[in-house]
Amino acid sequence: MTVTNEDPILQIKDVHCKFGNFEALKGINAQLEKNEVVVVCGPSGSGKSTLIRTLNRLESISAGQILFEGRDIYEKGMSVETLRTKIGMVFQSFNLFPHLSARDNVALGLIRVLHRPKKEAEQTASELLASVGLGDELHKKPMELSGGQQQRVSICRAVALEPTVMLFDEPTSALDPEMVGEVLSLMKTLAGRGMTMLCVTHEMGFAKEVADSIWFMADGQMVDRAPVSDFFSGDISDRAKSFLKAIH
Amino acid sequence: MIELLEQYGRLLLVGHYPNGPLGGLAMTILTSLLCLAICFPIATLLALARTHGNKTLARFYTGYIYFVRSMPLLMLIFWIYYFLPYVLPFSLSPFVTIVLAITIFSSAYLAEVIRAAIEALPKGQYDAASALGFRYWQTTFLIVLPQALTNCIPGLVSQFILIIKETSLGYIITFNELTYVAHELNKILLVKPVEIFTILAISYFVLCSGLSQLGGQLERRIARGRLSNDSDQ
Amino acid sequence: MTLDYSAILEDRYFDYLVSGAITTFSLALAAWVAAIILGLLIAAVRNIDFLPTRWFCIVFVDYHRSVPLLVQLFVWYFALPELLPQAFTQSINRGNPEVFFAWVSLTLYSASYMSEDIRSGLRAIPPGQFEAARTIGMNYAKMMRWVIFPQAWRLSLPPLVNQALILFKGTSLASAIGVAELSYQARSIETQTFRAFEAFSLVTLIYMVGTIMIMFFGDRLVARYALKRG
Ligand SMILES: Nc1ncnc2c1ncn2[C@@H]1O[C@H](COP(=O)(O)OP(=O)(O)OP(=O)(O)O)[C@@H](O)[C@H]1O
Ligand SMILES: [Mg+2]
Repeated sequence: MTVTNEDPILQIKDVHCKFGNFEALKGINAQLEKNEVVVVCGPSGSGKSTLIRTLNRLESISAGQILFEGRDIYEKGMSVETLRTKIGMVFQSFNLFPHLSARDNVALGLIRVLHRPKKEAEQTASELLASVGLGDELHKKPMELSGGQQQRVSICRAVALEPTVMLFDEPTSALDPEMVGEVLSLMKTLAGRGMTMLCVTHEMGFAKEVADSIWFMADGQMVDRAPVSDFFSGDISDRAKSFLKAIH
Repeated sequence: MIELLEQYGRLLLVGHYPNGPLGGLAMTILTSLLCLAICFPIATLLALARTHGNKTLARFYTGYIYFVRSMPLLMLIFWIYYFLPYVLPFSLSPFVTIVLAITIFSSAYLAEVIRAAIEALPKGQYDAASALGFRYWQTTFLIVLPQALTNCIPGLVSQFILIIKETSLGYIITFNELTYVAHELNKILLVKPVEIFTILAISYFVLCSGLSQLGGQLERRIARGRLSNDSDQ
Repeated sequence: MTLDYSAILEDRYFDYLVSGAITTFSLALAAWVAAIILGLLIAAVRNIDFLPTRWFCIVFVDYHRSVPLLVQLFVWYFALPELLPQAFTQSINRGNPEVFFAWVSLTLYSASYMSEDIRSGLRAIPPGQFEAARTIGMNYAKMMRWVIFPQAWRLSLPPLVNQALILFKGTSLASAIGVAELSYQARSIETQTFRAFEAFSLVTLIYMVGTIMIMFFGDRLVARYALKRG
């Protein structure tokens, strides 16, 4: 199986996901191209988190297919650990490891998963953190950092493994308003470097400025998938329109 | 084992009562209840000493807690039972010794439980009380203690279990409680240690494990009550 | 009453105290180390989704928490030798059976409490930590080794220190089955010299040194390693 540049990085084909009897995803179809930045939005409970969590197999799907770089992520011989190193994920609540310093949080995956030499990994981690303006906080524990700083560390932790895609699940909604900007601008920088990104967020300013397309979900379904310009010029479903109104 | 129980079950249960002194399991339970009853008010006062805000009282409290935490109960029993007769004109009976020693110890542990419950009360309760113009003692007895002590009930049950287990130290000074009676029985019969000590262990197991189930249920009920209160507000 | 420490600090009684202290401290340490290992093991087995082992752990822990330590000592010392194979009992009796059974009882007793402490430490770790470890590509073993365990032991540290304290004081009960530890020696000296105050005060002091050491270093450990969370 060869991967050409034109192949989508992620293909989501009729994906269903169930929690007991409740169907959180009811047949999702979508795809994510290389270098594309997609913003996923929709009302609470619509299945946004569930969708992006199926992509790195934090949730398992009950039907359908997900292809990563052309390969089924449930295929035999596809190691879930390897998959996850290629798909970085950032959580709303940061989930930094509280017993490790900022630098060690970033270096941990390099050392224990990618088996890089310790010195080299720490060097990489330090440089990465310095590049996002955390050069002075390398040895602080997560609890000694502000929310915005923690989220930047957690982005570095994911980026350090040099993933092909980054998934963000409401990375700014746990932050105080004055810290939202620093995280969004880091995400913008990443996008500018050509990172492929799938972001669940309600920051419409960020969407307008950075995203290529918008996915709008409701009730476990993909209601709209549109290029940004179409989305904001009103070429969308009524549900999406009223959603947009509601969050303004 | 059944045979043994038929023959000596009564002895283990109540000692020689009613033809002689009470003993055995009944003695263990009654002594434990007495200890709990004495140490509850003392522990409450101690906890108030800590939370009152007076520095000297707080220091006394800390000293007391450290004193108790730093010494085995057995040594305290030795002091009371073997040393006091050297300086007092009379000696203390094993019963008094055990009650005294356990009360001194348990008051400290229970005080910590009550203190934690008092400190866990939302600050709003104090504000509300002072808004009503309550004084310290009014706030304490009408607002703080009723709530804190209710929340402590599961802690009280755990303390009771601890006390029951501690009364077994009565054996060492020949106090007629369950462990001592069982041990004496073993000395008389000599050939049945397995049966006797199995019965002894099972008795404590059923009693204390049962109590701790009860404590767990109370805890869940109180937690539920607290939740519904919160949602009422 | 006049105080006279010299009477009980003469060679013989001084030796009593020293050997008592050595027995107390080494018994406590040996049981503590064994209890941590056994406690971890019980906590791990308890989490296995297999009914018989789970129930065994539940009853095992409940027994050791519900029955007085003194009674547990009696069960091991008086009852179990009758049930163990004779060869085994004989080989124990050639050594020091009192100390051996005291060590076993104290270990099982402490391990039961510790296993619960460790389990609540584990439960206190938010699910997000497991997910974050998974997300950077860790398998189960790596996640446990590098993310979960380091947090679990830090969270269990305060109760584990407290357990060390309880264990240290608990060794005093071993005197009831004839282990010549500190409280046993306190009584021997007292009955031989009638100097209760001197004997008891010295022994109490040694206990206090031990407990205060445990509290002091325990607090230092907790301050150094305990997890701060927002
Ligand atoms: N582990 C789970 N068990 C049961 N139901 C779940 C679980 N996770 C999610 N759900 C349900 O699935 C639905 C979709 O949840 P999801 O978290 O994906 O929504 P969301 O769009 O991310 O919402 P939000 O904006 O609130 O984060 C919700 O109704 C939720 O209650
Ligand atoms: Mg969500």
